[in-house]
Amino acid sequence: MAPGVVWVAALLASMLALGRLFAGDYADGTLEQIVLAPHPLGLLVGAKVAAHWLVTGLPLVVLAPLLGLAFDLGPRALGVLALTLLLGTPTLGLVGAIGAALTLGLRGAGALLSLLVLPLYIPVLIFGAGAVEAVAAGLGAGAHLSVLGALLALALFFAPWAAAAALRISLE
Amino acid sequence: MKWQSLEHFLAMGGYALYVWGSYAVTVAVVALELALLRARTKAARRAAAAAPVPGDDA
Amino acid sequence: MNLFYYAAPQTFYPLAGRMARVFYALAAALGAAGLYIGFFVAPTDAQQGEGYRIIFIHVPTAWMSMFLYVVMAFWAAVGLSFNTRLSAMMAQAIAPTGAWMTFLALWTGALWGKPMWGTWWVWDARLTSELILLFLYLGFMALQAAIDDPRRADRAGAMLAIVGVVNVPIIYFSVQWWNTLHQGASVSLTRSPSMATTMLWGMLVMALAFWMYCLGATLTRVRAIILERERRSDWARDLARGAKAGKEASA
Repeated sequence: MAPGVVWVAALLASMLALGRLFAGDYADGTLEQIVLAPHPLGLLVGAKVAAHWLVTGLPLVVLAPLLGLAFDLGPRALGVLALTLLLGTPTLGLVGAIGAALTLGLRGAGALLSLLVLPLYIPVLIFGAGAVEAVAAGLGAGAHLSVLGALLALALFFAPWAAAAALRISLE
Repeated sequence: MKWQSLEHFLAMGGYALYVWGSYAVTVAVVALELALLRARTKAARRAAAAAPVPGDDA
Repeated sequence: MNLFYYAAPQTFYPLAGRMARVFYALAAALGAAGLYIGFFVAPTDAQQGEGYRIIFIHVPTAWMSMFLYVVMAFWAAVGLSFNTRLSAMMAQAIAPTGAWMTFLALWTGALWGKPMWGTWWVWDARLTSELILLFLYLGFMALQAAIDDPRRADRAGAMLAIVGVVNVPIIYFSVQWWNTLHQGASVSLTRSPSMATTMLWGMLVMALAFWMYCLGATLTRVRAIILERERRSDWARDLARGAKAGKEASA
């Protein structure tokens, strides 16, 4: 139960902040300059997502053990909870960036963004919460952590380019 | 013939609610989709017919 | 016959109309045959009694829901890479029918689950991934509806459909692994391989019927979309006015 609650919190925290990933730069015209910059747009998007994660994801990774204590998790489970968040929250940010880029400047972008991104977040949520539950049940979390790592690797590789393409579509 | 009577057929061996519920909703969905499509096509036709002709002066 | 000739919305419009009529007729004929097999030829199931007869719509709609998403993503990708307008319109036309099929698969699944498992819903692998699929369809439709510029709507929708289709296997396997890792084989939807052949035939004929229906509905919708987008063109106006004049003359 506890890991599920913490993970849903992480998911909501990531989702609520997503709208602001590109919105500020879009409003003051910086985003168009970024798109025109001589550097690969995918790389710049990756950098933006990294900065976004430092503000919205990392604090949660650090705070998660405290939250876990409130739910009476054991020391091993606490460590695994922090580890899953460390592996999982960047994936949320990367996938979310695609959604944020697609909904840029639209009416009701917030609700729309949640609808687009939520189904794509489910696998991360399942394995994040699953790993902690497996440890709590006395099983190894290796399989779950491997899948989380694989998802992160996939997202790291493809999502910045997909988000860059989405930005180009939205700014055209 | 598999079914002894119409009542047996409608009763579906006690599963009437579930079996007929499934089929009724399927029929309703198909009918609704077709009706929506028909309305959408009509509206599109009306909009296209109402578009001004470049040669016409309106 | 030149395929590229029909890639223009104007020339595809009448062809789509003729094809849709053929597909609707096939859907009706196959549907009647499938229902006859399903209700009058297929035997009573040893375990599930007559309740299993939901299978004749449940499995076909579930197949179509997944198949249509892949087809939608395919047309979206074609539209994005070759910039063909008609492909994007096809993707847009498939989405609502796919969403309806997903809804039907979920609805009939719930009505099947209640008497057999004693519950309308379980967070089982297949059920969860089917629900996610419904949200993927709804997201695609909502995104396209929110964008006014049709070109941006097409391209943004295509991007989302492609990201979604990459995710479909991930979602499918993740929920499956999640389930097998934790709950054990509590509820399995895999049917015994010893299914009576007439049952199998009924299911396949019904699947074909749903396939034909989806083709017909998609083509009808693509016609409406073509007219909506081309309403300022000469051919669309002439066609719409011609139809009206014909109707008035016959009245």
